[in-house]
Amino acid sequence: MKLKVGVFKFTSCSGCQVELIRMNEQLPELLNLVEFKYWAMASSKLEDGPYDLALVEGAISTPECIEEVKAIREKSRVLVALGDCAVTGGVPSIRNWMSQREAETIVYPKPGCIRSTRVYGIDEYVKVDYYLKGCPPRLENILEVFKAVILGVKPRLRQHPVCVECKFYENECLLTTYKQPCMGPVTAAGCGAICPNVGRVCEGCYGPMSDPNIASMVERLKEIGLSDDEILRKFRKYAGMSKLYREVAKL
Amino acid sequence: MKTVRIGYLTRVEGKAELDLTIDGEEVKDLKLKIYEEPRFFEALLIGRSFEEAVELTSRICGICYVTHQLSSVRAVEKVLGVEVNDRIRLLRRLIAIGGIISSHCLHLYLLALPDVLGLPDVFTADPKLLVKALRLKAVGDKLVELIGGRGVHPVSIVVGGFTYTPPKDKLMELAQSLKEAKKTAVESVPLFSADKFPKFEVDCERVALSNPEEYAINEGRVKSNKGLDISEDEFRAFIEETQVPHSTAKHSKVKGRGSYMVGPLSRVNLNFSQLSDDAREAAEASGFKFPSSNPFAANMARLLEVISLIDEALELIDAYREGPVRVPFQVKGGSAGAITEAPRGMNYHWYSIGDDGLIKAADISPPTCQNARRVEDDLREYVPTIAHLSEKEIASRCAMLIRAYDPCISCAVHSIEVKVKKL
Ligand code: SF4
Ligand code: SF4
Ligand code: SF4
Repeated sequence: MKLKVGVFKFTSCSGCQVELIRMNEQLPELLNLVEFKYWAMASSKLEDGPYDLALVEGAISTPECIEEVKAIREKSRVLVALGDCAVTGGVPSIRNWMSQREAETIVYPKPGCIRSTRVYGIDEYVKVDYYLKGCPPRLENILEVFKAVILGVKPRLRQHPVCVECKFYENECLLTTYKQPCMGPVTAAGCGAICPNVGRVCEGCYGPMSDPNIASMVERLKEIGLSDDEILRKFRKYAGMSKLYREVAKL
Repeated sequence: MKTVRIGYLTRVEGKAELDLTIDGEEVKDLKLKIYEEPRFFEALLIGRSFEEAVELTSRICGICYVTHQLSSVRAVEKVLGVEVNDRIRLLRRLIAIGGIISSHCLHLYLLALPDVLGLPDVFTADPKLLVKALRLKAVGDKLVELIGGRGVHPVSIVVGGFTYTPPKDKLMELAQSLKEAKKTAVESVPLFSADKFPKFEVDCERVALSNPEEYAINEGRVKSNKGLDISEDEFRAFIEETQVPHSTAKHSKVKGRGSYMVGPLSRVNLNFSQLSDDAREAAEASGFKFPSSNPFAANMARLLEVISLIDEALELIDAYREGPVRVPFQVKGGSAGAITEAPRGMNYHWYSIGDDGLIKAADISPPTCQNARRVEDDLREYVPTIAHLSEKEIASRCAMLIRAYDPCISCAVHSIEVKVKKL
């Protein structure tokens, strides 16, 4: 029996779905094992659950989204938060730190007809089985979840920081050697240290690792000359609403 | 009165809905409702550093991130007065080409092809065809990844250039796959040829960048078939945006005229002579005549671009020499805008930045916002020609026309649901 899969979208950029589509030539192979029952971006066949696996992309930002995500949960055996937006609210959650009306007025001249609430990850409203961190999560991470659910085991998703992967690639440390504000020490691994590999600091797009030493990260960033405001912006980018970051995010 | 309802307009990026009421041949009411949850990008940029604009605006769209990054980086560089070197310009063109190939192939083979094949999706299509098509798409993906450090939301594009110099030998390796991919693209011409689509002509303004030096992508003047010829700095003086109650995407018009079309068809119509020889030959074989006023010809225009841009990518890779890819600059305040051609059309970014380097205001007009009103106007002309058909058929044809624009609802800020009501 093929795994019945649903892919759903809330407040997001669709980049996580596009990352999944980046499996390209591997798609026919995956189609031997899974059936996409519901994936509006790729198919006109929209079948109701139950689903063995629901991949939910996007943050929850309107009252309608809350009802929809609850309905999806009821129909799904395993529910996965696909990407930062679904995990913590991601980039769209940055607006939580500005007054709502202010955000609406800046983009829309007549904000009256636009309705939106604070932006949260989906676990604010439903139980999440696995979290695929990243903006977007790397394809290998997504496929690991497919494999695990097909085999009925827990997916192996890394909990250590990006620095571990970075050292594996033998990069020179941008933070200690070049005094650049790299978020690698507190950021969950899984991406393969993509940014330091190409000479850029980690911006923290995988959100916090399991047990980040935030106080010492803040200290390091201060040492290399970042202002409180700059530090705040670093933590309030991809995962500002994460419980692990909320404290600093109040800084 | 008969009512037909399709729950979702699928195979487009994002969520929207079409409301249509017809009495005889007359369209009583037509609204393309884009009501995906807004994300307020212009607002969340405020108070962020100029350096973060590229990274954050990339998240406007998970398909055309490359162009958001490029419009953004160029606008910021204009504010700061940064002049990049030719190598950086070449790499930016190459990554833009990768982004367009990837996005066009996603649209053509995954979203549009099922209409031609009469299938709900490509999952049930011939696996051999699917593998070939996806290999073609993969080449675009790889080009982006190699230069950008990551496929979706690249990380190496920064103000002043790139954070690393992509290795020439890696690009050369890709050249071989590009040649293979081009064969697939050329073989696909019959799949999207004129006999596969409705014959429907509509006269409208078609706007695109144009540049005498090259097939315009990252730089050019804004031109149209109706005589528009302005610089990117004049965009806001000639294009006005209005908010409409039924949509969270704003609508655009050429001031004093009306709706307009941006995207591959506008580009190919305007700059046809700059396509590669093989692309122009493919156009001959397609049964469409360019310039074309059939909005369904947009699919062929995408394919022609894929062919032509592969040819160009090969030349660029050949010409590329490794070397410095980052220029120094000083932070200063000011405001400026820049336009690049996204896969779906012109993408305008404008920023006002303070002397402290923090963003004070932003104005972003992605292509789907600009096309939203034109899609409605096309439908208003198209529906009377198909009004004799069943509601189900009308709905599916309308969906196909909307799809030809390859709307990117996240970009426009916002499930397409098609409801057809016959009186
Ligand atoms: S997590 Fe990032 S890539 Fe995924 S939908 Fe959100 S913004 Fe897009
Ligand atoms: S460069 Fe960044 S990710 Fe790499 S070791 Fe240093 S701090 Fe960690
Ligand atoms: S290095 Fe950091 S910012 Fe870059 S992809 Fe990995 S987690 Fe994201």
